Amino acid sequence: MGDGIYVKGIRAWFGDSLILKGIDLTVAPNAVTAIIGPSGCGKSTFIRCLNRMHETVPGARVSGQVLLNSEDLYAPGVDPVQVRRRIGMVFQKPNPFPTMSVFDNVAAGLRLGGVRGKARLPEEVERALRHAALWDEVKDDLDKSGVSLSGGQQQRLCIARALAVDPQILLMDEPCSALDPIATAKIEELIHDLKKELTIAIVTHNMQQAARVSEWTGFFLMGDLVEFGVTKEMFTTPGDKRTEDYITGRFG
Amino acid sequence: MSSATRRFTSTAMGALTLAAALLVICPLLLIFGFLLYQGASAVNVDFFLHLPKPVGEVGGGVANAIVGSLIMIALAVSLGLPVGILGGVYLAESRDRRLPWVLRFVADVMNGIPSIVFGIFAYTVVVIPMRRFSALAGGLALGLIMVPIVLRTTEEMVRLVPNALREAGLGLGLPQWKVSLRIVIPAARAGIITGVMVAVARIAGETAPLLFTALGNRFWQQGLDQPIAALPLQIYSYAIAPYDDWHRQAWAGALVLITLVFLASLAARLATRGRAVAR
Repeated sequence: MGDGIYVKGIRAWFGDSLILKGIDLTVAPNAVTAIIGPSGCGKSTFIRCLNRMHETVPGARVSGQVLLNSEDLYAPGVDPVQVRRRIGMVFQKPNPFPTMSVFDNVAAGLRLGGVRGKARLPEEVERALRHAALWDEVKDDLDKSGVSLSGGQQQRLCIARALAVDPQILLMDEPCSALDPIATAKIEELIHDLKKELTIAIVTHNMQQAARVSEWTGFFLMGDLVEFGVTKEMFTTPGDKRTEDYITGRFG
Repeated sequence: MSSATRRFTSTAMGALTLAAALLVICPLLLIFGFLLYQGASAVNVDFFLHLPKPVGEVGGGVANAIVGSLIMIALAVSLGLPVGILGGVYLAESRDRRLPWVLRFVADVMNGIPSIVFGIFAYTVVVIPMRRFSALAGGLALGLIMVPIVLRTTEEMVRLVPNALREAGLGLGLPQWKVSLRIVIPAARAGIITGVMVAVARIAGETAPLLFTALGNRFWQQGLDQPIAALPLQIYSYAIAPYDDWHRQAWAGALVLITLVFLASLAARLATRGRAVAR
């Protein structure tokens, strides 16, 4: 089962510029929460705050609370490495490890994280690849290089890699923006299946995608959360004029 | 500009760049050809298997010098490789600004220091306290020459590794040091090996820092704490000697040295061919 995330007053900076101006938002358990908004509105920064990736960039800073199981991920003494282990991430461009095979890519988190014995590794890798709907396509090519796969397969490989360490939450930062419509459809189908077992937050540029895959949607604009609500309602009866302008394509 | 003029300019510029490229490799080909011409006749089985003959006798070989050079290169690599690679990774991956800046500056200064100074250093810290010339002192001098070369190339290569790979590793919940060691270094491997080979080629031919550290030896070495022969030293002493046979041996030694470096570079290239290079 997935867990929900409760975000309270998150502010994020790059150097001196304030990127997120205090966000309160709930990522509901076992559902998909979509984050939409025009370029530069802070939506990527926002989900990178959820697993403490934002602070890995030199000069980046965060304040506020992110609660997972009522534990504040930004409390002093919390190890960001442990946070990222529980909250997995899939990035905009597929980024399999180029020196590793398909198998090793999926096994990387377990092997390098050193959490489990090696004996169960093949089963774990198969489980993760099945979860990512990639097993049937690569089961005979597990020794091939991860970067030899097609773009869509590479992205599902990255999803399998993230799933292998059994995260409670999966963050996806525009996971389909580098993919064609068919590969995109596969990922969306996958997202639909995955939410039964974990909680997903997805940033997307594509409003149709948000409408298709998510239960909840947050609309970001210039570092503020303009509107947050049930996806269906947001797309049929937006409560804010700016949301309406954005989703009807008047800007962005 | 008419299309005829444009095509002419394009062809002319293409020819110029080709000419410049050929000009660059010309000296190498000339040197190698000249070495073959002068030295090939003296290279035979004896040359690789035998010790130098006593003064006045014709023939003999430089087997001890070849082994001596290999030993000292191995010593130098065991110092220069770990220090250079780990230091280079630090320079590229550290988020601190000041210390890497200082280290980078020091490495660049070290790169410009004449190699004989490294010999003096090794002489001071190893030869004087031990009261004898030794392979260790020679290896230390050569290793120190390697460090800044390996350091800077490793840094450049690690910087070329796309940040997306680091984020993928961090996103999996791996600690920074594991991301650097297991993901970033392997991705930069081909470039790092090339850097190491450049450094090895450089030290393989160094003579000055060995003059008062390894000293040279006309016999097999007796241990790492004893004076040891080296190809460049042997070439040097043969070249300045007044005997024609020794001159031939010097040419042959130079040919063997350059061939060894060439083969080592080739082997490194082949070993890393087809592997993922930093994109």
